[in-house]
Amino acid sequence: MRDMSVSIAGVTLKNPVMTASGTFGSGQEYSEFVSLDRLGAVVTKGVANVPWEGNKTPRIAETACGMINAIGLQNPGIDVFIERDIPFLKKFDTKIIVNVCGRSIEDYCEVVERLADQPVDLLEINVSCPNVKEGGIAFGQKPEALYEITKRVKACASQPVIMKLSPNVTDIRVMARAAEEGGADCISLINTITGMKIDIERQTFALANRTGGLSGPAIKPVAVRMVYEASHAVSIPVIGMGGISCWQDAVEFMMAGATAVSVGTANFNNPYVTEEIIDGIEAFMERKGLSDIREIIGAVR
Amino acid sequence: MKNQEICEILRQNEIADGIFDMTLKTYRIAGAALAGQFVSIYLNDRSRLLPRPISICEADPGRSTLRLVYRVTGPETGTDILSTYEPGTRIHVTGPLGNGFPIDDLQNKRVFLIGGGIGIPPLLETAKRLHGTVIPVLGYRSGPFLENEFGKYGETYLASEDGSCGVKGNVLDCIRQNDLHADAILACGPRPMLRALKEYALSENIPCWISMEERMACGIGACLACVCKTTGRDEHSNVFNTRICKDGPVFLSTEVEL
Ligand SMILES: Cc1cc2nc3c(=O)[nH]c(=O)nc-3n(C[C@H](O)[C@H](O)[C@H](O)COP(=O)(O)OP(=O)(O)OC[C@H]3O[C@@H](n4cnc5c(N)ncnc54)[C@H](O)[C@@H]3O)c2cc1C
Ligand SMILES: Cc1cc2nc3c(=O)[nH]c(=O)nc-3n(C[C@H](O)[C@H](O)[C@H](O)COP(=O)(O)O)c2cc1C
Ligand code: FES
Repeated sequence: MRDMSVSIAGVTLKNPVMTASGTFGSGQEYSEFVSLDRLGAVVTKGVANVPWEGNKTPRIAETACGMINAIGLQNPGIDVFIERDIPFLKKFDTKIIVNVCGRSIEDYCEVVERLADQPVDLLEINVSCPNVKEGGIAFGQKPEALYEITKRVKACASQPVIMKLSPNVTDIRVMARAAEEGGADCISLINTITGMKIDIERQTFALANRTGGLSGPAIKPVAVRMVYEASHAVSIPVIGMGGISCWQDAVEFMMAGATAVSVGTANFNNPYVTEEIIDGIEAFMERKGLSDIREIIGAVR
Repeated sequence: MKNQEICEILRQNEIADGIFDMTLKTYRIAGAALAGQFVSIYLNDRSRLLPRPISICEADPGRSTLRLVYRVTGPETGTDILSTYEPGTRIHVTGPLGNGFPIDDLQNKRVFLIGGGIGIPPLLETAKRLHGTVIPVLGYRSGPFLENEFGKYGETYLASEDGSCGVKGNVLDCIRQNDLHADAILACGPRPMLRALKEYALSENIPCWISMEERMACGIGACLACVCKTTGRDEHSNVFNTRICKDGPVFLSTEVEL
């Protein structure tokens, strides 16, 4: 038996493969394709203290080996989330990671406090969404602001806190350290890279929001580099993501320094991809004679 | 469990300028399909990640086949690539997806099936399944396609913008000029047509179901890419937005903002 389990802030995941926030809802829809019991964790769509309408459509556009999105964090609000989505996820043998968004520090804290008595394993704080006007990325682009929100969220959180970092910064190491100094238990990266697409026939922006976040294989090399840099800058664990679409990609992120990985856009192309990645990593371990997955974490220095 | 199937293309040919008619071998989707549902088609090209949503034109569980009719939207687009696939090519298909037209509520009624352009194909399976009086009213920009196949199910009326077939004008011009009446409308086509039909249905005081279109990423209700505005608070989203791929694509016209 090969040990695929990894540990993040004292929470043990049966394997390092989880979903990326916003691409997997709260698991309900994809549970018709994959068995959620097999996943290391399900990371839910960002949830705020009150319902958010999100942006106008078109909200997405396809690009070469990727896509841009500006969903605008549409979500039903924490009340519905607690009533409907957490009980659904509780039926499965997987860890629950709730992605939290807000427009102010108070908003984030309100959600985090509401989750205190909920059966949630980890919190992922999204300070890196490029698609909303207030909040979101504003906290994720200045080290002082990131330090401040991390500290405030940590002070009111009952579960360990993952700070989700934006790649839209000059030096990811500075941001990773700011999160660690603020008390983060873990960091995850990368969120999407701000992009734009123009429809030349209609002579207009492809997205109603004009700009959107680029995701998918197109961003993978950038993400691997940032995961490598961030994991060397801090001593807390790093969750890697950005364009992972097969087991080879997942192993690459882990060798770069990720303790676990999130799979996002690839689900849209192949709804079975998360399970296939878990199987692929296991076969790789077997082929390489690895008994413990931790042997590959940060193996390339 | 929902499934993705790897389907073999049995036939594919161009039935009108830029309009392709493709038949797929499918063991599961054909049997499960409802009229007005759609499938997600994936290209065998790893640089294009997102599925193309295409309506089910006909489903034949007996022969295990699915028929899709689609328009190539331009050079180098995904549909352009799809149109070059030879019979024997295998493609990934997810479905059937979405809700479909409310066939059971409309049996033995007089029903308008109103299609505009590439919105016409899903009405064919719908016509086949409705037992009552179906009145297909099909609008084209120019030359027609599929019109003869609707003739089997009811007297079919055509309209075209350039007058090359049927009434010169749009589907509503066609309905008025022929003095047609029905108890309900099922429609699929461009937004302006749907908007006009919503108005018409209100003035006639008849229910109107419309099939909506939006850009999709997951196609199954998880990503919230494909929403449209609703007149009331949506039960799932808890805001005034509903998912076209999951809660639609068919909505009562009074439930959505057009
Ligand atoms: C529920 C539903 C049913 C549909 N049924 C049919 C049908 O039966 N026949 C048919 O010809 N067309 C149908 N369409 C429209 C069809 O999905 C688009 O024309 C097609 O996706 C365009 O892809 P492309 O590869 O040509 O364009 P590209 O420019 O290569 O597409 C890039 C991306 O944009 C998306 N996209 C582009 N245009 C549209 C559009 N109008 N609607 C939604 N997504 C779009 C593509 O899916 C792809 O993800 C349907 C759309 C929906 C939402
Ligand atoms: C449609 C879509 C919605 C997303 N929504 C969120 C979100 O709500 N919160 C968040 O932190 N990240 C969100 N993301 C970012 C992803 O979680 C992930 O960081 C990014 O897409 C890179 O990974 P990928 O290339 O595997 O998709 C979203 C991404 C996509 C494509
Ligand atoms: S396309 Fe993802 S919710 Fe409809």
